[in-house]
Amino acid sequence: MSLVVTGLSIASILLLVALGLAIIYGVTGVINLAHGELVMIGAYCAWALQSFFGIGLLASLPLIFLATALLGWIIDRVVIRHLYNRPLDTILATWGIGVMAQQAVRLLAGGELRYVEMPEAMNHPVSVLGVEIPIFRIFILGLAVALFGLTWFLIFRTSLGLKLRAITQSREIASCFGINSNRIYGLTFAYGAGLAGLAGAVVSPLKSVAPEMGTTYVVDAFMVVVLGGVESLVGSVASAFIIGQSSSAVAFYANDTIAKALVLLFIVILIRFRPQGLFAAKVRS
Amino acid sequence: MKITRRGFIRGAAAAGAIGATGFPHIWNKNLSLARAADGEIKVGVLFSLTGTTAIIEESLNKATILAIEEINAAGGINGMKIVPVIEDPASDPATFAEKARKLVLSDRCVSVFGSYTSASRKAVLPVFEKRENLYFYPTLYEGRECSKNVVYTGAVPNQQQDEFVPWLVEKFGKKWYLIGSNYIYPKEENNYCKKLLEGLGAEVVAEEYVPLGHSEFSSVVNKFQSLQPNVIFSTVVGDSVVALHRQYRAAGLDPAKMPMASLTTSENEVAAMGGEAAAGHFTSAPYFMVWDSPENRKFVDAYKARWGQDKVTHFVSEPSYFQVYLFKQAVAKLAPSDITPPNIREAIKGESMIAPQGKVQIERENLHTWLWPKIGQCKSDGQFEILKQSATWLKPEPYKAYPNMHCTEAGLTES
Repeated sequence: MSLVVTGLSIASILLLVALGLAIIYGVTGVINLAHGELVMIGAYCAWALQSFFGIGLLASLPLIFLATALLGWIIDRVVIRHLYNRPLDTILATWGIGVMAQQAVRLLAGGELRYVEMPEAMNHPVSVLGVEIPIFRIFILGLAVALFGLTWFLIFRTSLGLKLRAITQSREIASCFGINSNRIYGLTFAYGAGLAGLAGAVVSPLKSVAPEMGTTYVVDAFMVVVLGGVESLVGSVASAFIIGQSSSAVAFYANDTIAKALVLLFIVILIRFRPQGLFAAKVRS
Repeated sequence: MKITRRGFIRGAAAAGAIGATGFPHIWNKNLSLARAADGEIKVGVLFSLTGTTAIIEESLNKATILAIEEINAAGGINGMKIVPVIEDPASDPATFAEKARKLVLSDRCVSVFGSYTSASRKAVLPVFEKRENLYFYPTLYEGRECSKNVVYTGAVPNQQQDEFVPWLVEKFGKKWYLIGSNYIYPKEENNYCKKLLEGLGAEVVAEEYVPLGHSEFSSVVNKFQSLQPNVIFSTVVGDSVVALHRQYRAAGLDPAKMPMASLTTSENEVAAMGGEAAAGHFTSAPYFMVWDSPENRKFVDAYKARWGQDKVTHFVSEPSYFQVYLFKQAVAKLAPSDITPPNIREAIKGESMIAPQGKVQIERENLHTWLWPKIGQCKSDGQFEILKQSATWLKPEPYKAYPNMHCTEAGLTES
């Protein structure tokens, strides 16, 4: 039982980090290697708001979402917008943006590890089904589910989402129907960046905050998205769940090093036979 | 362009000729020439200011610079100024080797102060051995190295564990959980720890290594809960330390019943995880910032005055600081024309001084340092309370886990 709960808690963090990446890639086709740095910037925002303005972590979440979304929107308007027809070049461009973001943070905030306080009310465990788990991890799980729900609602139940799905299927034809794809792409990138920032802010009290922290998250996020199938939201959830559960099980019977290696190996083998991932969106060709 | 054999030979010959004339050090064996010319002594300072380990190496760089500035302000060495040549090897072992070569060959430094990780030390080692230069290494490390070109001023396993492990067994119990990062240092330390535990009749319930930079400890904490060890012996390093402590605390585990005992958690890491997460856990090291001695008060005040009131000193920055003074004492014994790395090495053997941690001395046999191990317990203000200091200073024994091997002046010997 404790294995499953631990797996769920790992999965919720994976999903939170991967959601933004999945949306950006699924809609715009941009492989955003700066995703990890957006996570990192979210964490630094949490630190800055807390230590300079005394705003607690929970209260600062909406601000952080807006700030990183704005940053994402700027990145999109200044750089990515010009590369929408050259998806391969976006890899290099976003990687460069990531490097610059890391160094900028280092210059502004220094190289030291930073400290983000956990909300005091959440800094202890509760017993769930006979297992002691930290309240904060339950909160992360809840947030991941809520954000997934919100994203699903935006895409499948709003007119914005309808346009977005139209663009995903065929950008040219959607444009013929008067949909401003440029604007939708910008908003998508901003939304994905905002989700990344939120993820960073939420994991910051559990993990460490440093300019390099983004690197590990971008690897995790890509694992989830590739395994799940790049255009499928449900796929991201399923693959985060699978990776979380298998990591937790292998780590329990062996250790985390072996878990990391085995999970990667499993993904490599799987995409050899199912390159489109577990849940590929069905698109008429 | 196609490379033919003849073309390659011609090119190589040309490059060789340019190298030989343009870079005289390649053929000039007498590297000591003009080492201390113009009343200056050039030394290299090689700590990463960027990259993953910059977090800690910046503070080592600062401690080294502080010592050099103090020595220069007090008149230098026999009237000669120390001139630091600062390079940034960017946390990358290959860059470490390249910068070390530059410092030794083209800057002609008489010694270099540097490195935090074992990987970077191993990377620069060939440069110092080949060029008969001298490297000052301040970090605690796994021992098991024997080089006449490195002066080691940090602790080796016997200096951190000989007092610590028996003390923990007596105070908390015999069920131990060993957790470390997955590379050579934690494995060697655990190797030594297991030997000590065996002698004490204690039991290792789990030995586990997590990837470097790992930050998801939920499985590990899960295992702590199910195995209920008496002591968690941690050699986790870097930012993983922060994640481990915070997730341990969020899971509601109690340091009074199941403390983490670490060889690597210093004031620096504690500042990043918050005192609350570290409170109650133990660290063994020769130096803590709160150590009460006139030398340490002077060091801490000078460090804060130079680099900022919010800065902390810790058990790697202290050796970074005192090793420059040991260098100064050794060089002061030499005439200006004799200032060469081999002469400095001979002069520093047996050299001693009162460091912030207490009196330290370079062991003649293996160029490691006699140190004063202490046991500290972290408090919620981010500082340690020193519970115990060993009764005497401890001899460095880099091969203690390998009973047949000894590091001597002649190199590694087996008996």
